[in-house]
Amino acid sequence: MTEYVIRFLLGGTVVSAFAMLGDILRPKSFAGLFGAAPSVALATLGIAIYRHGGGYAALQSRSMMAGAIALSVYSVVVCHVLVRARIRALPATVLALAAWLVVAFGLLFLAGGQT
Amino acid sequence: MTPIRFSPSSLKEGRWYEYVVRFALGGAATVFTGLVSSHYGASVGGLFLALPAIFCASATLIEKHEIRKKREAGLAGERRGQQAAALDAIGATLGALGMLAFAAVFWLTVESSVLGAFAVASIAWLAVSVAAWCARRKTRAVRSSGATRRNSGSATSRSHSGL
Repeated sequence: MTEYVIRFLLGGTVVSAFAMLGDILRPKSFAGLFGAAPSVALATLGIAIYRHGGGYAALQSRSMMAGAIALSVYSVVVCHVLVRARIRALPATVLALAAWLVVAFGLLFLAGGQT
Repeated sequence: MTPIRFSPSSLKEGRWYEYVVRFALGGAATVFTGLVSSHYGASVGGLFLALPAIFCASATLIEKHEIRKKREAGLAGERRGQQAAALDAIGATLGALGMLAFAAVFWLTVESSVLGAFAVASIAWLAVSVAAWCARRKTRAVRSSGATRRNSGSATSRSHSGL
């Protein structure tokens, strides 16, 4: 339980710090870089190393590469949906999560992901 | 080329509960990643280190702020809000390349030095993200100057043929 409380506080703090940095930077496309900052990764990998060691964190970061490629595809999809379909940001970002899931798990499957 | 600048006054546009929501979402995403890793293993859990949960919240807030600004000026603002969120998504696309570099460098270095892995991977994220952003700006600048030259060229030839 304590581990999950620490995860929550650490994750919330790191994510908020990167989000606020993105808020104060201009132009908006540059600030968007911070929307894809490895904030959850920084918090999670630290705990993973402490609990399971470097090998476990290495395995997580290897899969994270697939997640990052999926994030790139996801962001392109969101941009096109917003510009062409002209729907609001919340439904656009939530619907595009399907693209993230397909690409992320597809790449993990192709790479023969081990658990 | 638009210079990168700080705009601390942008923080005043946010409401207190928006920061609470982002904190809670960040915390929840980190807890969720931990739960996935413990149930399905490190490989599946690792995918969720790049989950765009935070991006959903950021894009929605950006859209909301733009709409609020336009409404205060007596305009609808929905379209402007969507465009601002789309610009943020372009940035996130480039930032994801930086995240890919972060993950690759971390994977290669974590077993030799933990602190070194965090430091070098973070530098890789920043360097690749900023380089990708600069390359995109440069490409767009070259394209738009080429288009301007073509337009002025055709206008000149039209004026010559009219003489």
